[in-house]
Amino acid sequence: MPPDTSDVVFHAEGITKVYDMGEVQVHALRGVSLDLYRGEFVVMLGASGSGKSTLLNILGGLDTATDGNVTYCGKNLTRASNRELTDYRRHHVGFVFQFYNLIPSLTAEENVAVVTEIADDPMLPAEALELVGLGDRLHHFPAQLSGGQQQRVAIARAIAKRPAVLLCDEPTGALDSTTGVVVLEALRRVNRELNTTVAIITHNAGIAEMADRVIYLIDGQISDIKNNESIKTPSEIVW
Amino acid sequence: MRYQALQTKLWRELWHMRGQVLAIMLVIVGGVSVCVMSLSTYDSLLNTRDTYYREHNFGQVFAKLKRAPGSLMRSITEIPGVALAESRVIAQVNLEVPGFADPVSGLLTSIPDGRQPRINRLYLVSGRLPDHRRDNEILISDAFSEAQRLKAGDSLVAIINGRRRSMAIVGVALSPEYIYQIAPGAIFPDYKRFGVLWMANRPLSAAYDMDGAFNDVVIQLQPGASANGVIDRLDLLLQRYGGRGAYDRDEQFSNMFLKEEFTQLKTMAYLFPTIFLAVAVFLLNVVITRLVSTQRDIIAILKAFGYSNGQVGLHYAQLVMVITVLGILGGFALGIYLGQITTTTYTEYYRFPVLLYTARPLMFLGVGLVTILTALFGTWRAVHIAVKLPPAEAMRPEPPQYYRRSWLETLGLQRWFSPPGKMIVRHMQKKPLKTGLSIIGLSMAGAIMMVGNFQTDAVKMMMHVQFNLAQQQDLEVTLYEPVATSALSSLRAIPGVEYVEGLRKVPIKLHYQHRSFRTSLQGIPADSQLQNVLTTELENIAMPENGLMVVEHLGHKLGFSTGDVVMVESLEGQQRTVPVTVTALSQQYLGVGSYMRRENVNRLMGEGDAVNTVLMSIDPELADLVYQRLKEMPLVASINIRQTVIESFHNTLKQVLLTFTFINAVLGAVIAFGVVYNTVRIALAEHGRELVSMRVLGYTHAEVAYILLGELALMTLISLPLGFLLGTWLCEFMSYNMKSDLFRVPLVLTSYTYAFSALVVIVSALVSGMLVWRRLRTLDLVEVLKTRE
Ligand SMILES: Nc1ncnc2c1ncn2[C@@H]1O[C@H](COP(=O)(O)OP(=O)(O)OP(=O)(O)O)[C@@H](O)[C@H]1O
Ligand SMILES: [Mg+2]
Repeated sequence: MPPDTSDVVFHAEGITKVYDMGEVQVHALRGVSLDLYRGEFVVMLGASGSGKSTLLNILGGLDTATDGNVTYCGKNLTRASNRELTDYRRHHVGFVFQFYNLIPSLTAEENVAVVTEIADDPMLPAEALELVGLGDRLHHFPAQLSGGQQQRVAIARAIAKRPAVLLCDEPTGALDSTTGVVVLEALRRVNRELNTTVAIITHNAGIAEMADRVIYLIDGQISDIKNNESIKTPSEIVW
Repeated sequence: MRYQALQTKLWRELWHMRGQVLAIMLVIVGGVSVCVMSLSTYDSLLNTRDTYYREHNFGQVFAKLKRAPGSLMRSITEIPGVALAESRVIAQVNLEVPGFADPVSGLLTSIPDGRQPRINRLYLVSGRLPDHRRDNEILISDAFSEAQRLKAGDSLVAIINGRRRSMAIVGVALSPEYIYQIAPGAIFPDYKRFGVLWMANRPLSAAYDMDGAFNDVVIQLQPGASANGVIDRLDLLLQRYGGRGAYDRDEQFSNMFLKEEFTQLKTMAYLFPTIFLAVAVFLLNVVITRLVSTQRDIIAILKAFGYSNGQVGLHYAQLVMVITVLGILGGFALGIYLGQITTTTYTEYYRFPVLLYTARPLMFLGVGLVTILTALFGTWRAVHIAVKLPPAEAMRPEPPQYYRRSWLETLGLQRWFSPPGKMIVRHMQKKPLKTGLSIIGLSMAGAIMMVGNFQTDAVKMMMHVQFNLAQQQDLEVTLYEPVATSALSSLRAIPGVEYVEGLRKVPIKLHYQHRSFRTSLQGIPADSQLQNVLTTELENIAMPENGLMVVEHLGHKLGFSTGDVVMVESLEGQQRTVPVTVTALSQQYLGVGSYMRRENVNRLMGEGDAVNTVLMSIDPELADLVYQRLKEMPLVASINIRQTVIESFHNTLKQVLLTFTFINAVLGAVIAFGVVYNTVRIALAEHGRELVSMRVLGYTHAEVAYILLGELALMTLISLPLGFLLGTWLCEFMSYNMKSDLFRVPLVLTSYTYAFSALVVIVSALVSGMLVWRRLRTLDLVEVLKTRE
């Protein structure tokens, strides 16, 4: 059920992203307009190279659009200063990256602490790791964890600061179904309990069934947005 | 404890890269310690000398004369500006040291009966002052005592007025007036063959028929009094008594040489460290920039989490500061240690009675600040570059699209390159700036090795020019007084003497415009066989019939050149001043001299065919006999043997110049290694993941190492000629700046210097390569692939 329009968190209008590589220009996004609402759970689907990551990075203030406008809760991100963007990322957004991007010299717990130390009302790192089922791996270095475990550390790191929005780039790509469900449960719990807006990129169409809305991207454009009638729980999803 | 996790990261990474940290520290330690060593040595010597001068009341105005009655001292004391004046008798004397065949000469100086002089107080190393009631007691200088192993209680023979007299040594002393002890006519100290001796006034005057008279005055000025005023009045007073022109400290022999040497030391003390620190600091900058940029994805992540640019910058600044501060502290410690060693060497060399090691806090502050600021600048630049990228982009593995086909490949040379070969070239081409900086870094490492080395060759060249090209004689004999050339026949008659040639040397003052310089004028016979005068191209030329030849250095100093007319003021005899045209400039690396035909000098002096210096070649078999006969001649004041001059010259330079040079060479090598090792380690950090991927694809350890080490080898190869070029410039710069009246350092770069510098760089590269090779082997394939570097 789409929340009412007064609760718009992200408002994107005609964003384009062009990578200029000298001889060729790559149009990663070609005019994307979209609203995301408070507390909603959104899944983005699309072929590889369709621009999903690019879109998410722009929403998260990690990258800037070539053209168009993005506002977050009325604040214009496209025109935000460096300091404002930093502040935005520090207090409002949590990221889970397609590449795990853990700091190799820090343990799981310390990797989470990197974020909790600068957040306003964070969980304990151990708490966050417990949530993703890694309570017994606190002192492992990234190199001592499996890919899926590393991804879960990344998720713990993202949710530990109880962000208002959680942007996840293929959070379950490397996980088996059991762990995947654990991770998704965690994401959903954050979504439900803290009313966090969650946007997930995935190649797993099954995951779309637990979303409030599903956004389809083709070749840098939104081809369709679908409201889910019945929302499944993670455990009901077929992988 | 807000950034506990970042602190942990900091310490863990410092520990993890300890090899690299150490290498960076080496670079800093090298640069900083050279600074501290050189500057503190110089400050210490200056301080020691000034303290010595002050505490021992070193004179301020000096005058030599033929003979004046003691009563004249009253008029001298009454000259306005004079605080204290003391008269002395000084005599040249030939000595015989038991068990030593070579001729030895000495300078006998009187001290007041039964007490220390007020001016130029002695420092008694051992023994006591000579008793004026005994007529054979002497003090000898410390240097002479040590060289000849003579001490209180021993005796030696002095030939006074032609009579051999046995002298009892009662003590060993130092004097601020004879820090530099050089025999008349010699260029360098030879403590075995020249000694300074002191005797009480009564017996010394009696021996030389100077009772109630004196031939030397030293004066201490009232505070603020002008030396020149006093000198003019003194010259007037002494004119009747054969005064040779009073002078101040600037022209006092020992002080003048000391000052010259200190000037030279100062040049070295500032130039070397400046070059070293500049190089070290540049390398530090390069290394830090690259170090930080290997973490650009981590910087991006921190930014994605909401760390501000400032916080990220601070984190890396801390990392760099830990390394830098450790390096600086190490440099301070090593510099102080080396500074004490060099200061001790110099203090012993100059025989200062005390050693005051002085290290100014301001120097530490300056050196530390320069280093820290540069390190911070490097960090700031690297972090700035890293944070400028949008995090989304920085976080991705470095985008492959920036790789292009290298221009070498576009030339159609690709068949020469295997895929690893292409990787090497593309790595280097992708980051031309970084590659360029690394190459410049390696070249600089090679260049400073050359600076440390070239002086050894320069010294050899100086010796060659002086003793092979210019001077051909075996002996140089100084006479007490000018004699007619006919008197030379008695010297020729000595068995073993093969050839004899007479020179006329006169102390002069050269004036050009408002500048003047005290030097010696050598009158050389037209058909001279033993004394060559060299052109600036080091070619032997005949003495021009007329006019004056002057050492180029002096021409530069006073501002004249060939064709100009200079005023020659003779400081002996009638002291006339005549204009003379400079007909040629000559090259000579040691000392400063001027030359004329002998007959022209004789005419200048208003005398007939006179000589006062004799050059000889002798039969080496009969050398001892010749010395013996010469010593017996009352005419002979001193004898300089070419071979011993060469040796003493060598020893002097070894002590003065080569101590510094050696330490500098070692520290240069340390810096070189630090740079090379860092270059490789950073390359490993940048390409580690990629290399491991290749291992996974089936490349062998050797093939993968080839990519990394091939890059290093290529950079090293390119850096060598560049280093030669840079090094040549630096050496030219040093040579240009190390000019003094004492000696000029010619720019001599032998293949050895080049080879040695190349060797150090290559060996550093090999050792670094080996370390990295081992490291590559221990890289865990799976672990590296699971994480991102
Ligand atoms: N730094 C870059 N430079 C040039 N082109 C880029 C860059 N980053 C992405 N692109 C291009 O932009 C397009 C969109 O990339 P994006 O990463 O958004 O795709 P995606 O939908 O996330 O794909 P995937 O599901 O494979 O992760 C792609 O065609 C990609 O090649
Ligand atoms: Mg993607």
